[in-house]
Amino acid sequence: MASLDDLKKRISSVKSTQKITKAMKMVAASKLRRAQENAEKGRPYSDKMNNIILNLSNNITDDENSPKLLVGSGEDKVHLCIVMTSDRGLCGGFNTNIIKKAKLYFQKVLEEGKILKIITVGSKGYDQLKRAYKENIIEKISFKESKYVNYFDADKVGKIIIDKFEKKEFDVCAIFYNQFKNVITQIPQEQKIIPLKASESERSSSEDNYEFEPEEDEILSNLLPKNISTQIFKAMLENSASEQGSRMSAMDNATRNAGEMVDKLTIQYNRSRQAAITKELIEIISGAESL
Amino acid sequence: MSDGFNLEIVNPEKSFLSLENVTEVVVPAFEGEMGILKDHISIISFLKPGIIKVFTGSEEEKFYVEDGIVEFKDNNLSILTSHIFDLKNVNKDKVNISITETEKELSKDDLDDQKKFLLNHKIEILKSINLN
Repeated sequence: MASLDDLKKRISSVKSTQKITKAMKMVAASKLRRAQENAEKGRPYSDKMNNIILNLSNNITDDENSPKLLVGSGEDKVHLCIVMTSDRGLCGGFNTNIIKKAKLYFQKVLEEGKILKIITVGSKGYDQLKRAYKENIIEKISFKESKYVNYFDADKVGKIIIDKFEKKEFDVCAIFYNQFKNVITQIPQEQKIIPLKASESERSSSEDNYEFEPEEDEILSNLLPKNISTQIFKAMLENSASEQGSRMSAMDNATRNAGEMVDKLTIQYNRSRQAAITKELIEIISGAESL
Repeated sequence: MSDGFNLEIVNPEKSFLSLENVTEVVVPAFEGEMGILKDHISIISFLKPGIIKVFTGSEEEKFYVEDGIVEFKDNNLSILTSHIFDLKNVNKDKVNISITETEKELSKDDLDDQKKFLLNHKIEILKSINLN
């Protein structure tokens, strides 16, 4: 059995860990509020953008001449995956969930004999993927320096993707991120951004007659690159809200667990203290008796 | 029934401006300035650098935009843009920085005519802002 001193040390170390997790929880909670607000504010832009593109693509019937970003390069050989994770750890299953989802997709792609390319956004994703998919990762991007998610960063990623697409380095592009539902639930998402062709069910939903100035395909070819940056930006916003939410609940759990541990250790400490006292008493009494 | 329409300007971070009962909006569309009044036909167009003018009754507001998309439908005008600021609180230093940046971009060799035109246009607009 551990000595009294050892127990005392353990109790105080668990207590200080608890202090840290508690502080992290508070910080995450206040950051979460901001991130959540930002995510909600950013939604109208991407929703409207989606709507407009949907309307535009409805008006395009000639698949062959429409922009490549919309219909794809016509092949399905090289898959580019953008895996978006956080730069910091200690946020529960946040990164692991994205990676899990992405790995499923990777396996499917590789089993079909296609070529897989990966871009990781956020350093944690790179750390987790480098062991198994080192040779597939073509680029790693991290925005550790930027304090808040901003459109400028998203635009950078978007430009890299478009640049690679124009050089015909890949045919299909998908992004992986966590969608923020609420503090305890974040849903890992897989979203195809190239080709963007809307599915049939969505197509029939809106039928408006618009006037276009200039022509549809010219607007589209201007709009699509922007849309990619917008989608990336949306993913980044959702991700940052999810990260804070996930960290908050993880740290909440950790604080609670530490509390339980302190209780248990305290009971153990008191028991062994009492045992020691009893032992001493018995020794004294039996010593006195023998006289 | 009012005699205006709704205007919403959104940028990626947030909803920049939301107004009801706007009488007229003039946007710098790609193929020339375009004034939009109530009951305009549904239209989608995109913007070049320029000034958006918003008229509400007798009031007038002006914004500088760099790019964007306009959508008008059922008397709702939405403008999506990534760069916008109110002309009332211009930061002249910032404008100057963006002028020099644009000039730098313009001095690159591999530009097509359309891009050159757009950049030149942007400089012109930015300079005119700083004069006022």
